[in-house]
Amino acid sequence: MPTVTMTVNGKKVSGEVEARTLLVQFLRENLHLTGTHVGCDTSQCGACVVHINGDSAKSCSMLAVQAEGTEVTTIEGLANGDELHPMQAAFKEHHGLQCGFCTPGMVMSAVDLVKKKPKASEHEIREWLEGNICRCTGYHNIVKAIQHAQQTM
Amino acid sequence: MPDGGTGIGAAVKRVEDKRFLTGRGNYTDDINRPGQTYAYILRSPHAHAKINKIDTSAATSAPGIVAVFTGADMQVGSIPCGWQIHSKDGSPMHEPAHPPLAQGKVRCVGDQVAIVIADSYSQAKDAAEKIVVDYTPLPAVVDMSKALSGKTLVHDEIGTNLCYDWAIGDEALTDAAFAKAAHVTKIDIVNNRLIPNAMEPRAAIGEYDQATGEYTLYTTSQNPHVIRLLMGAFVLSIPEHKLRVVAPDVGGGFGSKIFHYAEEAIVTWASSRVRRPIKWTADRSEAFMSDAHGRDHVTHAELAMDSEGKFLALKVDTKANMGAYLSTFASSVPTYLYATLLAGVYTTPVIYCNVKAVFTNTIPVDAYRGAGRPEASYLLERLVDRAARELGLSQADIRRRNFIPTDAFPYQTPVALQYDSGNYTATLDSAQKAADVDGFAARRKASEARGKRRGLGYSTYVEACGIAPSAVVGSLGARAGLYESAEVRVHPTGSVTVFTGSHSHGQGHETTFAQLVSEKLGMPMENIEISHGDTNKVQFGMGTYGSRSLAVGGEAIVKALDKVIAKAKKIAAHIMEASDSDIEFKDGVFTVAGTDKTLPFGQVALTAYVPHNFPHQELEPGLDEKAFYDPLNFTFPGGCHICEVEVDPDTGVVTVERMTAVDDVGRVVNPMIVAGQIHGGLAQGIGQALLEGCVYDEDGQLLTGSYMDYTMPRADNLPSFSVGTETTLCTHNSLGVKGCGEVGAIGSPPSVINAVVDALWDLGVRDVKMPASPQVVWAAINSARPAAAAE
Repeated sequence: MPTVTMTVNGKKVSGEVEARTLLVQFLRENLHLTGTHVGCDTSQCGACVVHINGDSAKSCSMLAVQAEGTEVTTIEGLANGDELHPMQAAFKEHHGLQCGFCTPGMVMSAVDLVKKKPKASEHEIREWLEGNICRCTGYHNIVKAIQHAQQTM
Repeated sequence: MPDGGTGIGAAVKRVEDKRFLTGRGNYTDDINRPGQTYAYILRSPHAHAKINKIDTSAATSAPGIVAVFTGADMQVGSIPCGWQIHSKDGSPMHEPAHPPLAQGKVRCVGDQVAIVIADSYSQAKDAAEKIVVDYTPLPAVVDMSKALSGKTLVHDEIGTNLCYDWAIGDEALTDAAFAKAAHVTKIDIVNNRLIPNAMEPRAAIGEYDQATGEYTLYTTSQNPHVIRLLMGAFVLSIPEHKLRVVAPDVGGGFGSKIFHYAEEAIVTWASSRVRRPIKWTADRSEAFMSDAHGRDHVTHAELAMDSEGKFLALKVDTKANMGAYLSTFASSVPTYLYATLLAGVYTTPVIYCNVKAVFTNTIPVDAYRGAGRPEASYLLERLVDRAARELGLSQADIRRRNFIPTDAFPYQTPVALQYDSGNYTATLDSAQKAADVDGFAARRKASEARGKRRGLGYSTYVEACGIAPSAVVGSLGARAGLYESAEVRVHPTGSVTVFTGSHSHGQGHETTFAQLVSEKLGMPMENIEISHGDTNKVQFGMGTYGSRSLAVGGEAIVKALDKVIAKAKKIAAHIMEASDSDIEFKDGVFTVAGTDKTLPFGQVALTAYVPHNFPHQELEPGLDEKAFYDPLNFTFPGGCHICEVEVDPDTGVVTVERMTAVDDVGRVVNPMIVAGQIHGGLAQGIGQALLEGCVYDEDGQLLTGSYMDYTMPRADNLPSFSVGTETTLCTHNSLGVKGCGEVGAIGSPPSVINAVVDALWDLGVRDVKMPASPQVVWAAINSARPAAAAE
């Protein structure tokens, strides 16, 4: 079995995986970072979004071995100790989550959006979120949270 | 309520958010048990087939395989249905056997055929490929009319595909009213089949403790005690004291996680065979073909009116798809959760509704957000919209003429329910204002200048929730009581844990319920913990569905809190050497009336557990109270939804420009959470109206089997919403609450379709089916054009 090595949330990790192991499986099963979720099998829902070398990516759509040597940030690595990241704080402030299942991917995706398009309009925010499905909130408060984080990030 | 606002009415930020935002939620698939194995469920690829033989030998010898079981191995009870409906001739509904693993026949795509258990999930999945099932495919029946008229039987042993033929109301009186009507409006309606799609796929872990003989099931459920009852008593014969069911954090339910599913029974049963824990997690494609679906009604309805547009009578004929087996609440959805709502917000004096429930070779259909009530509101509000057009009345006017007047409550409908309170004029007025109906003509003109069509659609609705009075539902066939239970455990240092039988899977109970405690005991939120979802912790519970958590579960908590306060007052009276009747309790402090003698709640709590100076003759030590609350009636939230759409007549694309909802959900405990619930319901309602539709081909193959084929509402399909409340209080619970979880999904679909029809009426379009996808709308426009030209 191949060995993979990468940096996850600032810590160097390695592990033996089957060649077919997805990055999300490596994170959840080998590293027990269960904050990254799997909501579909067609790369549509975005519950598994993490950052790879600073860019958001769906960890269900790449193999663990493809992440060799990368810097991966998961939802567990976003806050600064007990202090929430401004995007996490904005989601709480604006009730941008209900059941919490899509939330990790939604937050990771939104952080990347604000970094790449800091002044995105509501329309642009909604288009960016096309790859993240939420069944609870109707997106209304997620959009509001992201607009708030545009000011605080 | 303490200063800083954490009591009833405060928009308290959610206490559960931190764990979800930091990736520390604890969903079923996040749990791993020592020695755990992984299961893959082999499912039927056929809609209907005889199983001649299953050869598992190659699978059993594959790498990492622990065991393979088929229906021949798993001889257990049938998965039960929780509600017995009687047909109008008095005969009970047909309840064909529903085995967890198929017994010689499969009846829908996705039916469970075998479980493969291995050291890893991929080993189990690989080995399942090696199982050889010898099927003889049989003709399948998908369409309900064909199921009723044809020869193909889903269940040979019952000799029919008709589950029941039920009716409510007085047919003779209804026919007599029709005979005198000045005008009759007729409509044919399909309520499209939906796939619930909570974002967390279902999962289950079964575990057996050889030392104690106890089973534990971790499962994605809205009601762990109900699963314990159904699976323990009916399927596996495990008594309650040997069966623990844990529903930890659950990633959305919307009804689909109410039901007892085969996989729960299979992993629990198999765990005692392999003597290791077994985890099963559905992938999304599996969820599409194993989660119970929703809606799927076909209806013809007629509304009789006098010459002024006053409703005289309503006659409804509905066929409801049950799928291949009866799911837990399936039989109640198109009967007592549907036809009893057909009076809507109107004074229609006589109503008759006939419902035929039909078995087909499709996945079982059961409750999905709203469950029966969206089907009722869709039918009524489409019918009223059409009637207004035929009579030349405005959409608001025809509704106002027929509203149940505000002074008519309590109002007895002709279809069993008695509404306790409401003000339909207030919600309509308020919604019209919020939607800027006055400005619509100008906006329509602007759209037309750009070559687009614009439409405005109304829905004024009522629903029944706070489910439900046990005596009433029992008399209607429910096989359970629908009360709720709570325990308020005050700890020696004065902090509180509440154990509730309700289950939170997004609703924010840990916040809302804590607000009740904060209000009643004058206590800060950080001193309160809400515990739910574990049958070994929570005394009992009927769970969360039918917008019942606050109206029933919250009332149980209030009842227990009142008992705590009553006992605490006696303890305080003893300590302060006063009479019980002189003790007042406010903001967390006991006072002897008219004196400056006070005692904080924490001191009383400590005394209850360190009872050195305590009224032992009168009271037991401790401060821990339980309550069961059985509601006196359903609750009746209602309101008005107004949708404004723009349609591109060249492409058929519909854009929701404005979505306004003004709802009466009774007293609001947390306005932030209530608004969030309504937003989510609106998104699902708009999803049903414009995007979502389950499609089977005529052989029973599920064509919408993934997110590539089934259109989930995305952020860029929806506008920001305008939501508001107009409150009348529920008259039969102490909080005055009605419930808010389903109103968005119940009220909104007809407003959306009425808006699309409004936009296209002048082009000759008279009806648009759900989901009104660009293809559907384009076809409606283009088939109407020749007809419109000929008019």
